[in-house]
Amino acid sequence: MAQPSMLSVAGVYKSYGVTPVLRGVSLSVPAGSLTAILGASGAGKTTLLRIVAGFEPADAGTIELDGQLVDGGRLRGRVPPERRHIGFVPQDGALFPHLTVRRNVSFGLPRSARRGPAVDELLELVGLSSLGHRYPHELSGGQQQRVAIARAIARRPRLVLLDEPFASLDASLRAAVRAEVLGALRAVGTTAVLVTHDQDEALSVADYVAVLRDGAITQAGPPREVYSAPADPWTASFLGTANLLPGTAGAPGVRTALGSHELRGAAELPDTGEVTVLIRPEQIALHPVGTADPVLTGKVTEARYHGHDALIAVDVAGAGLLQVRALGAEQPAPGDEVAIEISGPVTAWPAEGTV
Amino acid sequence: MTAGPSAGATISTPVAGGGGPLPVRRGPGSPFSGTYRGYPRWLLLLASVVTVLVLLPVVFLLWQASHAGWSTIWPLIFRSLTWTLLVNTIELAVIVTACSAVIAFGAAWLIERTNLPLRRFWRAVVVLPLAIPDFVIGYTWSSLTPAVHGLFGASLVMTLGLYPLVYLPVAAALRRADSSLYEVARSLGLGRFRALLRAVVPQIRVALFGGCLMVLLGLLAEYGAFEILRFQTFTTEIFTEFNLGINTAAASALSLVLVVLSVLVVGAELAMTRSVAVRAGRPAGGVRRYRLGLGAAPALLFIVALVGLGVGVPVSTLVYWLTQPAELLGVAPIPLLGAAGYTLLYSFLAAVVATVAAFPVAYLAVRHPGRLSRLLERLGYLVQGLPGLVIALSLVFFAVRLAYPLYESPTLLVIAYSVMFFPMALISLRASLVQLPRRFFDTARSLGCSPASALVRVTIPLAAPGIAASVALVFLSAVTELTATLLLVPSGVQTLATAFWAYQTQVSYAAASRYAALIVVIAIVPGVFLSRWLDPSRTSGRGAGVLTLIRGNTRGGQG
Repeated sequence: MAQPSMLSVAGVYKSYGVTPVLRGVSLSVPAGSLTAILGASGAGKTTLLRIVAGFEPADAGTIELDGQLVDGGRLRGRVPPERRHIGFVPQDGALFPHLTVRRNVSFGLPRSARRGPAVDELLELVGLSSLGHRYPHELSGGQQQRVAIARAIARRPRLVLLDEPFASLDASLRAAVRAEVLGALRAVGTTAVLVTHDQDEALSVADYVAVLRDGAITQAGPPREVYSAPADPWTASFLGTANLLPGTAGAPGVRTALGSHELRGAAELPDTGEVTVLIRPEQIALHPVGTADPVLTGKVTEARYHGHDALIAVDVAGAGLLQVRALGAEQPAPGDEVAIEISGPVTAWPAEGTV
Repeated sequence: MTAGPSAGATISTPVAGGGGPLPVRRGPGSPFSGTYRGYPRWLLLLASVVTVLVLLPVVFLLWQASHAGWSTIWPLIFRSLTWTLLVNTIELAVIVTACSAVIAFGAAWLIERTNLPLRRFWRAVVVLPLAIPDFVIGYTWSSLTPAVHGLFGASLVMTLGLYPLVYLPVAAALRRADSSLYEVARSLGLGRFRALLRAVVPQIRVALFGGCLMVLLGLLAEYGAFEILRFQTFTTEIFTEFNLGINTAAASALSLVLVVLSVLVVGAELAMTRSVAVRAGRPAGGVRRYRLGLGAAPALLFIVALVGLGVGVPVSTLVYWLTQPAELLGVAPIPLLGAAGYTLLYSFLAAVVATVAAFPVAYLAVRHPGRLSRLLERLGYLVQGLPGLVIALSLVFFAVRLAYPLYESPTLLVIAYSVMFFPMALISLRASLVQLPRRFFDTARSLGCSPASALVRVTIPLAAPGIAASVALVFLSAVTELTATLLLVPSGVQTLATAFWAYQTQVSYAAASRYAALIVVIAIVPGVFLSRWLDPSRTSGRGAGVLTLIRGNTRGGQG
């Protein structure tokens, strides 16, 4: 991360009553980037966003925006939300229902600028030039989100926070609206933080992904790194389908019931001992029995067809059920015997008790 | 991707995002800024001050009692008169509550869940008694025949006047009640009646009970109708004691008993109503109407009789008296328009004062839920348990002892109205604020608004219907108020209610009818607005869930 940080969250704690929500969240968001905070519901994503926006104070920890302290706790003071210059796009857009699209977009501008050309440019940017006179309830869900983003970037904020902005849209619409909204964000070059529970969304659109689990960040980094080299087994499973196999470390790799595997990167593993090994479904290829070198075989127990690919469960003696992603037309059916080939380096962690 | 905040921009927006140190708000600061236990200080302070002011009448009442001396008060409480009044009150309460419950459930079931002919018409007409003050209903019946008096007369008049308080919540609950439950019960082998009792009644039980508590509160606070019908209760006795020789010790002793009774009812209400307040929307199983068949004839007869007695008799009697020449028996003529002007003025001022005062309490309760804000809100609702008569007496005591210039001043009357109807303002404001998601306010803050500016630009415009409902509700209640008005009306001033009362007590029925009719006409205007706001079919159910609570309170402190 060469760029300077636009947002730095350090050791932020927050609890509601006796329920802890955030337990020491630390996060750095590079200027100009789109960072996705990925977490299951209840992980504290929205709370973190609300604290960054200034709607709620952090119990402990600091938040810096562009190098300036905006939440330093009770003693060092807090900047109220209206002075932080952080744009906020809540889940359903929260367009003011009593104002037209135009007046929504110009809401945060000084009185003198509300009738100016800036509002027209913003509407054009999100492709809604002709709808300025409409009221929010006269817009579709996707249009509402585009107005919400135009309103958030109208003041040229240092940072835009998006709280699951696409979750309530139809699946067919989501991709298009997402592309337009993120396009508008990039057009003005704003740093953005997107909160989501959708792994595909986080991995496909963000420059950086931070995984939030039970109020703490388990891992942060570029999507490829986070997906292929997750910090722990939980993160691995959370980011996508994962085969987690028990194995033993034995330089220069690891051994499992499926054979020996090369390790990804310079893994910090002891030379011997129990480990947990991650093999992604797309690292496994299936072949008809007897056509190639591999000697490992298994029996297909289930095939879930997804259109573009299929997720196939293969029962391999000694290794249990393996999830395999199969592309193309020749997909095996339940009951078929198949040969298995594993490619690419794997990730492994020291085993903690039983996995 | 690497574009900084200023590079690659295509927008000429004039607001600069970066640059310059951010103004940091530090530490506890002044007592009016920052937060206390998570509540904004200034808001908490405002809400606390309002709550204390609203509860002052209780303090005055206790002070008044201790002024007379508790050794004087106790014997006055434990005397046979108190026992007689208590028996009268309980007899009346049992009869009126039971009759109202049966009538209201029957009417609501027929109108909401059967194919009764002319349903839309009945739905509008059956709640009309709410727009006619109980003292006017009493006066019309009493002017018809002297046979309507005592326990029988009071039971008849109060049932006809108060049953809509049960009808409204029950009808709303029936509209939401899932008819598939009734059908499942039938399919499990229950007959029609048992299915109704075991599958439908449980769904509306809370609404029915809540409505009955409202009837009880109305009964405890009523004065005018009982005076007209010569039925002795706490209010009539307190009034008598007060007027004769100004026996404040006896009056305050009886007031204490009355307040204890009312507060018990409010306590029961607070314990149960919160759960029904917010539920809204259509039931999943849909609403299917029950076919009456041959039963339509007796059903129609029931509704016609109900509307005939509750609306037909008072309205036609009033119209009859309006056509009669008004003989003025010993009362100087009171100009109708002048009285109307005072009524409108005082009621409107009270509506504004109560709404403005209730706003911080409602806002704090909705925006900053917590133990402290809930306590303040509940204390505000407790005022429902103070009958108007008690509030008026305690204010008279306060003015005479401490602030003589206020005695018999318009200010004191407006204060009395504002305190009496404060809970209604609180309920309407809360209802509309609750439906207002917090993110609107937050979004406005993130767009550069200070809390005050976000309040003015976003929260208040969005809460406008609730604010208007609050104003309308308090206005409506103040226009139809009699008891406190009689005690506090400024010297030399007559409102519609006091003018009506002056003629009525002289048995000048025709002269009194003009003022009564004008009260009803004025009350209908905000009444229509309120029913439009609350009608689920017109407003996509915006106010429907709270209909029961709001309408249930229009009679809380009246009489």
